[in-house]
Amino acid sequence: MSSRGFWLGAGILAAFAVGIFAGAVSLRPAEVWQGLVNPASPSASIVRELRVPRVLLAFAVGGSLAVCGGALQAMIRNPLADPYLLGLSGGSGLGAVVAISLGGSGRLSVPLAAFAGATLAIALVYRLSLVEGRRMDVRVLLLAGVVVGAFAVAVMSAVIALSDSSQLRNAFLWLLGGFGGASWQGLGTFTLYAILPLALLFANARALDLLALGEDSAQHLGVELERTKRVVYLSTGLLTAVGVATCGIIGFVGLVIPHAVRRLWGPLHRTLLPITFVVGGAFLVLADALARTVVRPLELPVGVITALVGVPLFALLLRRTLA
Amino acid sequence: MIIAADQLSVRYPGVPRRALDGVSLGLAKGELVAVVGPNGSGKTTLLQTLLGVVAHESGTVTVNGKPVRDWRRPELARVIGVVTQREEPAFSLTVRESVFLGRYPHLGPVAPPRPQDWAAVEQALQRADVIRLADRRIDTLSGGEWQRTRVARALAQEPEALVLDEPTAALDVRHEMEVFELIRELVATGLGAIVVTHHLNLAARYADRMLLLEEGRVAAEGRPDAVLTEAVVARVFDWPVAVIPWTDGAPQVVPLRPVEKRR
Repeated sequence: MSSRGFWLGAGILAAFAVGIFAGAVSLRPAEVWQGLVNPASPSASIVRELRVPRVLLAFAVGGSLAVCGGALQAMIRNPLADPYLLGLSGGSGLGAVVAISLGGSGRLSVPLAAFAGATLAIALVYRLSLVEGRRMDVRVLLLAGVVVGAFAVAVMSAVIALSDSSQLRNAFLWLLGGFGGASWQGLGTFTLYAILPLALLFANARALDLLALGEDSAQHLGVELERTKRVVYLSTGLLTAVGVATCGIIGFVGLVIPHAVRRLWGPLHRTLLPITFVVGGAFLVLADALARTVVRPLELPVGVITALVGVPLFALLLRRTLA
Repeated sequence: MIIAADQLSVRYPGVPRRALDGVSLGLAKGELVAVVGPNGSGKTTLLQTLLGVVAHESGTVTVNGKPVRDWRRPELARVIGVVTQREEPAFSLTVRESVFLGRYPHLGPVAPPRPQDWAAVEQALQRADVIRLADRRIDTLSGGEWQRTRVARALAQEPEALVLDEPTAALDVRHEMEVFELIRELVATGLGAIVVTHHLNLAARYADRMLLLEEGRVAAEGRPDAVLTEAVVARVFDWPVAVIPWTDGAPQVVPLRPVEKRR
């Protein structure tokens, strides 16, 4: 194994360890270990029912968002592409806010409404991006994402302005994302929905290498252009929507992680996508651990942490890239 | 015939004049055909129609006997390698990685590359004379090196024919000559090649046959000395020229200044 591979593996294990040790309740390492190996120990319920599923869910969501960002950056040929640029965040936010303002607070109704909103936004952006002859234009896709997102935010603001203020805080916190509600069941549901789009993106890794050259060259090198673009767009859209429904909107993972990984492992997606998945996963596990501990016993929304860490990191990468 | 086009007509939506009107063209193994003509005469449209990217209104295009629109893209990419006019990759690769992308039509979506894939990449790097640049990043290459890298990538496809759209645009004399020499060498090994170019004089010296387009129609077709005549070139390009033979017999076009009398 190369030394980069070694450090990657070590970093992921460390992130898991930090994720399991961090939390509102302080546990000594021995107690955590007992909780893991002995179901009858006093710490077992915290470790097994709260922390382990939470860490695994953060890992799966972080990895998925990062893979979506990496795939979109290649397809749109824009290193600034982020899964949320495609109008998803606006659509899902609108769905969630409408559900909350209608009195929905259940664990099911808000995520479902967010998923419905995101799906609607994906469908609308998709329809707008098809130009003459039903060809998907990725530049139009980007613009359509921005305007659909802006429109959804406008409607969302109107709903918020007209609704009961006590509910606003809930909606706001939900939008910023978090893994407070993580459970084995939630992890199962996310995995179930994430597997197909992830598999499709990995299966298109080579096509993404060619799309990054430009559509003309990609086609002449053997890419079935329209089919590939649709599969990549719909896979990233659905994957991100499932992520939003699971834990709210968590920005910057999809933007920063593929960038950083590309610098170290190169831009070929057969290597890039899997590594992006594990690095994105580990990043979100650490961000979630920070979110749980910096203002203990309160929790910060994890989206705040990813932005606070992600923005400076991105600025640094950008300067290095341009230098 | 690797590529055969017969009586091709193409019309773009909303444009009254046909972009191509009754154009026929054939390409056999070991043959270099140059497509020339003024800006907007339909050269790039012709290439895109031959490659099945632009749909034709009437006429036929076949590749190895099968209509081009019936080919699946990966299969077509194993027969025809294309060097497009411009290409700006979103991310920087090394020359070797870049050439390796030419193996994709031979690879499945997931299986790792086989030894013969790497062998084809090395051979392509050698044939296009970029082997010593193999580990350089493509954003550090000169224009000529980048063009040769893209030819190498097309060769890694192990195609029967190459299609090149203005491969020497923006290159200086030496790099221009290197690219044409390279194409000629490849043709000598049995590849067919279609080259779109604005260099009438280089086309005349390197091509076996030329096709001169004028507003979507064929103005002249055949051996260079039959195509590049003073009357035809002057009419098609709307500028007075003199045509004189070079020592190898190839006709060379000299545009005249307005003060110069037609000879």
